[in-house]
Amino acid sequence: MVAHLLKLKLLLLRNSLRRSTWQLVGVVLGGLYGLGLLGLIVAGLIVLGTLDLDLMRTVVVLGGSAAVLGWLVIPLVASGVDMTLDPARFVTFAVPMRQLMAGLALGGVIGIPGIVTLIAFLTLTLTWIRYPAAAVAAIVCALCAVLLCIVGSRLITTAGTTLSSSRRFKDLSSTVAIIPLILLGPIFAGITAGFQNSPEFAGELADILSWTPLGVFVAVPADLAAGDALTAVARFCIGIGTIAGLAYLWHKSLSHALVTPPYNAVTRKGAGDLGLFARFPGTPTGAVAARAFTYWIRDPRYAASVIVVPLLPILLWFISRDSGDLSLLNYLGPITAFLLAWSISADISYDNTAFWLHLSAGISGTADRAGRVLALMVFALPAVLVFTIVPLWLSESLADLPMMLGLSLGALLTGAGFSSVLSARYTYNVPLPGESPFKTPPGTGFSMLAIQAIGWVVLMVLLLPEIALAIAYLVTGDAVLGWLTLLAGVVLGTAVLIGGVRLGGAWYDKRGPELLQAVSVNK
Amino acid sequence: MLRGLAKRFGEKVAVNGIDLDVPAGSFYGLVGPNGAGKTTTLSMATGLLRPDYGQAWVHGVDVWESPLDAKRLMGILPDGVRLFDRLTGEQLVTYAGLLRGMDRDEVAGRVADLLRALDLAQDAGTLVVDYSAGMTKKIALASALVHAPRLLVLDEPFESVDPVSAANIRDILATYVASGGTVIVSSHVMDLVQRMCDHVAVIASGTVLAAGTVDAVRGGASLEDRFVELVGGRNTAEGLSWLRTS
Repeated sequence: MVAHLLKLKLLLLRNSLRRSTWQLVGVVLGGLYGLGLLGLIVAGLIVLGTLDLDLMRTVVVLGGSAAVLGWLVIPLVASGVDMTLDPARFVTFAVPMRQLMAGLALGGVIGIPGIVTLIAFLTLTLTWIRYPAAAVAAIVCALCAVLLCIVGSRLITTAGTTLSSSRRFKDLSSTVAIIPLILLGPIFAGITAGFQNSPEFAGELADILSWTPLGVFVAVPADLAAGDALTAVARFCIGIGTIAGLAYLWHKSLSHALVTPPYNAVTRKGAGDLGLFARFPGTPTGAVAARAFTYWIRDPRYAASVIVVPLLPILLWFISRDSGDLSLLNYLGPITAFLLAWSISADISYDNTAFWLHLSAGISGTADRAGRVLALMVFALPAVLVFTIVPLWLSESLADLPMMLGLSLGALLTGAGFSSVLSARYTYNVPLPGESPFKTPPGTGFSMLAIQAIGWVVLMVLLLPEIALAIAYLVTGDAVLGWLTLLAGVVLGTAVLIGGVRLGGAWYDKRGPELLQAVSVNK
Repeated sequence: MLRGLAKRFGEKVAVNGIDLDVPAGSFYGLVGPNGAGKTTTLSMATGLLRPDYGQAWVHGVDVWESPLDAKRLMGILPDGVRLFDRLTGEQLVTYAGLLRGMDRDEVAGRVADLLRALDLAQDAGTLVVDYSAGMTKKIALASALVHAPRLLVLDEPFESVDPVSAANIRDILATYVASGGTVIVSSHVMDLVQRMCDHVAVIASGTVLAAGTVDAVRGGASLEDRFVELVGGRNTAEGLSWLRTS
């Protein structure tokens, strides 16, 4: 049975390669990348063996912990990375539990990540070759570490099978997953800075990690090499205990998953709560705004953009900290305004075929456009105001406020007007309703990038008056120019907004059926 | 009401000049095999898909000349499209009503009535994305009814709806027709069409094979037999002999 499961995994791997040439090319490139990476790791580990014992220990523990952490975290963030042996698919087959577990665990090693991890861990033997006891222990520990990786990641996928069948969890996780992605840069920067600032930092981190399940196995040979057998045994026991615990949990959750088919727990709720529909005006425009705003909260594709907003200051802070000039942070307001206004430029593409309801209701294009802008403004306007005022206040440059407000409001109003035209004219492939916001649908590619790039340029051109006045103000320091920027931002912005809603509305009225057909291609 | 409607997608002619007269106050069935062009025809008749040729009128209003007036008269339940499914059932029907420019209080009253009539009151606060297929059909039907249209165009309204709800829907539609409304339904279920509708049209490969009152079209035979005779394509082979258990 174990052999069957392994054969199945290999067969699946082979068939997935057969599906298309380009996929094969992708896998070959991925394989070469993995091979290159592996070569570097192996070479590095062998060279490492000639270095100082303390340094060896630090590097090995840090690297090993990172590898184990990767195995545990990746299935969490990227659900469905390797679901080829998804336990849910074995529900209808009567496979004995022990064999199923063994098969799934061994199956986890097959595949590029599994093999790379295994070889990398085994290479540690060569690292410790100068210390025979450590080298022998390294082989055992390598196998144990890989087992820990596999059992841990299997436990997480199995537990995830039950969770991810719930729509609520899927929505939440795909929305929240954007946070680490956005902050990836700053996190790396922080860790690197930590290393640069204090050489002891790495050693201390390794000390802590070597007592956690993440680092125990790689730390054992180091202890033996240093002649500290007692610590080595203690660490090894922690590791084995962890594996046993994880295996037990995996066993429990797997047996649970096998008798519990994916079931979407839905609490039935009666009528009476109209939510935002009771708060927005009872007109077509108000209804569109209420619907759009509900989507900003409930649809992960929109909610992910909302979550990014509070992260923008952090991101900007990191970018400007590197260059040592914090003045970029003062432009937080205009940048946020620009991005938020842009985010409604694909609104109809996001509606997908649900757009038929607008079309069959015969709602006027202006009302549709205005409603979507209204929903955006409800939260974008306060956010942009706060993001414009607070940085200036903190940096004690409130004198620039009129100019900056002009830029922010100009970008927000102009952008919203321009987006209203754009979304009535162009549709492109976006993640479908219910899909992860990170999914790049096939056929996105060039046309979308072109529309986006041209759109940004046009938007910049529309903003030229405000930008020119702002630059003039910054050069001369004349307060009048600052106030003129504010005036231009509000007046011109409002004009573009009204014009955009009108023009977009007219196009929308004329091209409604064509829009519906364009979005229904992507379903 | 439909004159020479035609639509082609690339090389393929999906609907090839369809003429149909649906009398006001009739319960009209549209039947045809998969891919016959039913959905395309109904989309063109309701203003969702621009025809390449031909015209469609609803109570004398040209659908493509004055779409807004025509759409006011129609309630539509399209097949194979999404709904705004991150709204609750109640919100979705309210949304459909408000989009039509109806008054909020009036919408609220009708939404409550519709949810009760379609057995959805219990789940009114649940998101549509969590509904079953049949419930989704029913909530879409409620959205089509909320503005009290004079013509209802329903594409596969009974698909995956449970028998009790289907019976309720049939009652609603029958009462609606009795009070002067017009209903057009497309369906695969001949039995249902024969029992429910007074007129029927058989469509295949984008053309009308037969149209008229149900009795005239079936001419004594059952509608199903007549349909198979018109459309053809029955497999009478002996195949799957291994499937016999004895």
